[in-house]
Amino acid sequence: MRSEPRSGLGLSLATLGVLLFLHLPLAVIALYAFTTEESSFTFPPPGLTLRWFGAAWQRDDLWRALILSLEVAAAATGAALVLGTLAAAAVWRSRFFGREAVSFLLLLPIALPGIVTGIALRSALGLGEIPFSFWTIVVGHATFCVVVVYNNVLARFRRTGTSLLEASMDLGADSFQTFRWVVLPNVATALLAGGMLAFALSFDEIIVTTFTAGQQETLPIWIFSQLARPRARPVTNVAALLVVVVTAVPILLAHRWTRED
Amino acid sequence: MSLLATRPATRPATRPAVRFAGVSRRFGEVAAVDGVDLEIAGGEFFTLLGPSGSGKTTCLRLMAGFDRPTAGTIWLHGEDVSGEPPWRRDVNTVFQDYALFPHMTVAENVGYGLMVKKVETSERARRVEEMLELVRLPGLGRRKPAQLSGGQRQRVALARALVNRPRLLLLDEPLGALDLQLRQQMQVELKALQQQVGITFVYVTHDQEEALAMSDRLAVFHRGRIEQVGAPAEVYETPATEFVAGFVGVSNLVAGTLARALTGTPQTFSLRPEKIRLAPPETPVPAGSCAADGTLRDVVYLGMRTRYGVALDAGGVLTVEVQNLETTSMEALARRGSRVRLLWSREQMHRLGPEGDA
Amino acid sequence: MSRLQALSTFLYRRPRLALALLLGPPLLWLGVVYLGSLGALLLQSFFQLDHYTGQVVREPTLATWRALASRANLDIVLRTAGMATAVTLAAAVLAFPLAFYMAFRASRRVKALLYLAVMLPLWSSYLVRVYAWKLILAKEGILTWFLARLHLSGAVDGVLALPWIGGPSLSLSPVGMFLAFLYVWLPYMVLPVEAALERVPRSLLEASEDLGAQAGTTFRRVILPLAVPGVVAGSLFTFSLTLGDFIVPSVLGNSSYFIGQAVLAHQGTSGNLPLAAAFTMVPMAVMAVYLLLARRAGALDAL
Repeated sequence: MRSEPRSGLGLSLATLGVLLFLHLPLAVIALYAFTTEESSFTFPPPGLTLRWFGAAWQRDDLWRALILSLEVAAAATGAALVLGTLAAAAVWRSRFFGREAVSFLLLLPIALPGIVTGIALRSALGLGEIPFSFWTIVVGHATFCVVVVYNNVLARFRRTGTSLLEASMDLGADSFQTFRWVVLPNVATALLAGGMLAFALSFDEIIVTTFTAGQQETLPIWIFSQLARPRARPVTNVAALLVVVVTAVPILLAHRWTRED
Repeated sequence: MSLLATRPATRPATRPAVRFAGVSRRFGEVAAVDGVDLEIAGGEFFTLLGPSGSGKTTCLRLMAGFDRPTAGTIWLHGEDVSGEPPWRRDVNTVFQDYALFPHMTVAENVGYGLMVKKVETSERARRVEEMLELVRLPGLGRRKPAQLSGGQRQRVALARALVNRPRLLLLDEPLGALDLQLRQQMQVELKALQQQVGITFVYVTHDQEEALAMSDRLAVFHRGRIEQVGAPAEVYETPATEFVAGFVGVSNLVAGTLARALTGTPQTFSLRPEKIRLAPPETPVPAGSCAADGTLRDVVYLGMRTRYGVALDAGGVLTVEVQNLETTSMEALARRGSRVRLLWSREQMHRLGPEGDA
Repeated sequence: MSRLQALSTFLYRRPRLALALLLGPPLLWLGVVYLGSLGALLLQSFFQLDHYTGQVVREPTLATWRALASRANLDIVLRTAGMATAVTLAAAVLAFPLAFYMAFRASRRVKALLYLAVMLPLWSSYLVRVYAWKLILAKEGILTWFLARLHLSGAVDGVLALPWIGGPSLSLSPVGMFLAFLYVWLPYMVLPVEAALERVPRSLLEASEDLGAQAGTTFRRVILPLAVPGVVAGSLFTFSLTLGDFIVPSVLGNSSYFIGQAVLAHQGTSGNLPLAAAFTMVPMAVMAVYLLLARRAGALDAL
C-alpha cells in the first residue's frame, strides 16, 4: 500500500476532513459569542463585539447556575475520588471472588444511556418520597464519575507494582504511613487526572441532572432552557463558550498528567 | 556492627534466626508451600534454591510478613511472628526488582527506614552516608533511582535494607537482573559483606552455581517442599533425591536394567559426569572401580570442558565431562564414533531414595 | 506504638475485614444507590397512572406495559432505533479513515496529537456541541451561506422536501439531527476502531503484500475483518447513546418524539413515571441483546 501515493493522499484528505468535522463546530461557538447580531444566527456576523460578556456578567441567573454547577462538580468529584480510590485499592491489593463484577458495576452508570441512570434515580426518589436537593444532583453525578477515578488510579497502581508497598512496610512503615509516603506520591497525578475528568464530566452533564435537579438550574440546564426560550441568544452563546473553556482546561491537564501511562 | 567474621555453625543454634514448623501457604487448591520445616542459624548465609514456582520465594515472603501461612508457625529469633505484620519484624528485604521508591532520591530511599523510626535528621544523614560508602556509592545520595545503572540500584537496595541494622536480611534473587560479569562480581561482594556485618542472610535463587558458590548451607525446594538441606558440598556430592541430583549440577541418573547391569541391583543411583574417566577400550579396571563400554555418540565442545554422550553397550546413555587439559576442539570432535571404556570410582555412585531417604 | 499503627496491625491480621472496609463504601454506593435505583425503575414500570386523579397507583399491573405497546409509542421506538442505526453506520464509515491513519500512518508525535484531538471533543460539553449545530444549520446560518456560494441551495431544498428525513429547515429536520448525532458520538467510534487496528500486526500487512495481494485485497481480507471487533465496540456506544438521548431531538428535531423525549415528558409534565420507566426499559433491553451478541463476537475485548 505504501507504494501507492494516490491512496495515501486520499486517506490524508479524508482524515483531515473528519478532523475538521470534529473541531470546526467549536470554533463556530467561539465566533458567535462575539457577534453583534442579537436575534438570529446570521452568518457571516454583521460585526464583532465584546458587549455580551458584560451582559452575561450582570445576569444573576447565569451566575447562580454557574456557581451551582461548580459546587455540584466539586462535591461529586470529592465523592468520586474517595470511592474510586477505595475500589481501585481493593481490586489491586486483594484477589477476591467477583473482581470483574466490581469493575463492571462501576462501569455500568457510564455505559448505560444517561437517561437510564437519570430515570432510575428519579424512580428511586419518587418511591422513597425524597425531595430534590443539591445532594440528589451530587449523588447522581458521583455515581457516573466514580469509574473515571477508578480507571485512572487502578492503571497507575498496576504500573507502580506491589513491591513498593512491601518495601515500605518492610522498612517499618505501617499501612497508613505507607499510603502517606509511598502510595500517595506515586498516584498523585493519576488522582488529579481522574479528579479533573470527573469534574469536567459533572460540570457539563445534563441528562442525569434533568431527572435529579427538580427546579434547580445547573449551567447546562440553564443553557438548555435558554434554547427553548430564545430571548437572550448572545448571552447563551457566551455561556456556551464558558462551558467549553471550563471543561477543556481540566481535560487538557488530565491528559498531561497521564501521558506517561 | 562487628567487623569480626562470625563463622556460622553448621548445626542450628539453640535459638535459630528462623524456624518454620509445618508451614503451608495455600492459594485455593494450590499449595505454594506445603508443610515446610526449617531452621536457619544466626549468622548463616542460607540459600533457598529451586526452580520457579517451587515455593522458595513464598517462604521468603512468609519470613518478611508479606504473606501469612495458612498453617504452621514461624519463629524469628525465638519469637512467634506468624501474625505479625512486616513493620513489626526485625527483618529487611532486598527485592528482585529492587523496589526503590521512584519519587525519592537515593539518600531518601536509604534513609526511609530511619525516617519511619523517627531517627533524628543529622544522625540519619550520617548513617545514610556511611551505608552508601559501605556499598561503594559515596556521593550519589542526591540522584534519583532512575538515573542509576542496574548494579548501582542493586547496591542502593542493599544499603536501604542494611541501614536499619536488621538481624536478618532477606534477598529475593537480587542479582537476577544483572549481566553475568557484574553478577559474579556482586556474588563475591555480597558474600564478603555478609561476613563483614555478621547478619543472617537468607538468599533466594534459582541459579544452582550461585547457591553453591555463596551459601554456608542451602535448602533445595521442589513443589512447595524441601528436598534436601545441607552444606553445598554435601548437597552436590550426595544428592538425596533424583530431583536434587538433576537440579543441582548435571547428573547421570541410572535406573532399571542398566542399574542392574552396572551394580547388580535395580535401585536408582546418580553419577556426576565429571567423575567419569574416558579411557581407551580394554583398559584394565582398577580395584574399587566400575566400568562400562560404549561408543562416543555426541561431542559438545564447551571451551573449558568437552561434554560427551556415550551410548553404552548395555543400553542407555551416560554423559561424561572432561577438562580440556590438552585437547583441542578439533581433536575432541574427531573422536566421535570411537569406542571407549568408561571408568569411575564406586564411591561416586549415590543411591537415591524416591522420597529422599538417602 | 501509635493508634494508627495498632489499627494497621489489627487489620493486617484480618485481611477480609480490611478488604471489606476498602470495598464497602463504593459497593454500598453503587450497589445500593445505583442498582437499587435500577430496581426501583423496574418496579415503577409495573405500577400505573390513574388518569383521573393524576396519582401513581402502587399496585402491580401490566397496564403500563400494554400502553407502551400502543401504535404511537411503537412508532417512537422504531423512529429512534432507525436513527441510531443510521448514525452508527455513518460513524463507522467516517471513523475508519481517521482511525486507519492514526494506527498505520501517523508518527508517534502526530498520533499523540490526533489522540488528543479525538479525546477533547469526547470529554467536552456535549450540550454545547449540539448547540453548535443549531448555529451551523440555522436558515440564516453558516451552512446555508456556504451552500449558496457553491450554488447548492437547490439541493438542500430537495433533501428537505423528501418524506421521512425532510423538514421545514435543516435545523428542524431528521437530517439535521442525524448530523448532530453523528458529530457528538463520532469520537466514541474512532477510539475503539483505532484500538482494534493498533492490534493488527504489521507483519500481517507485509505478509499479505508479499503474497502479492493488491492494496484493496489486503484491506478487504486482512484489515477489515480485524477491525470488526472495534467497530462493534464503537457501535455499542453510538447506538446506546443515540437511543437514550433527548437533547438533540429537543434542539434540532420536529414534533415527532424520540424515546428520550417521551421519557422526559412522561415523568415531567404528565407525571406518568410508570410509563417513563417502561419506556426506558426499551433501550436497556436493546442494549442487553446487543451486548450479548457483541460478547459472542468477542468484541468486548476491544473496549
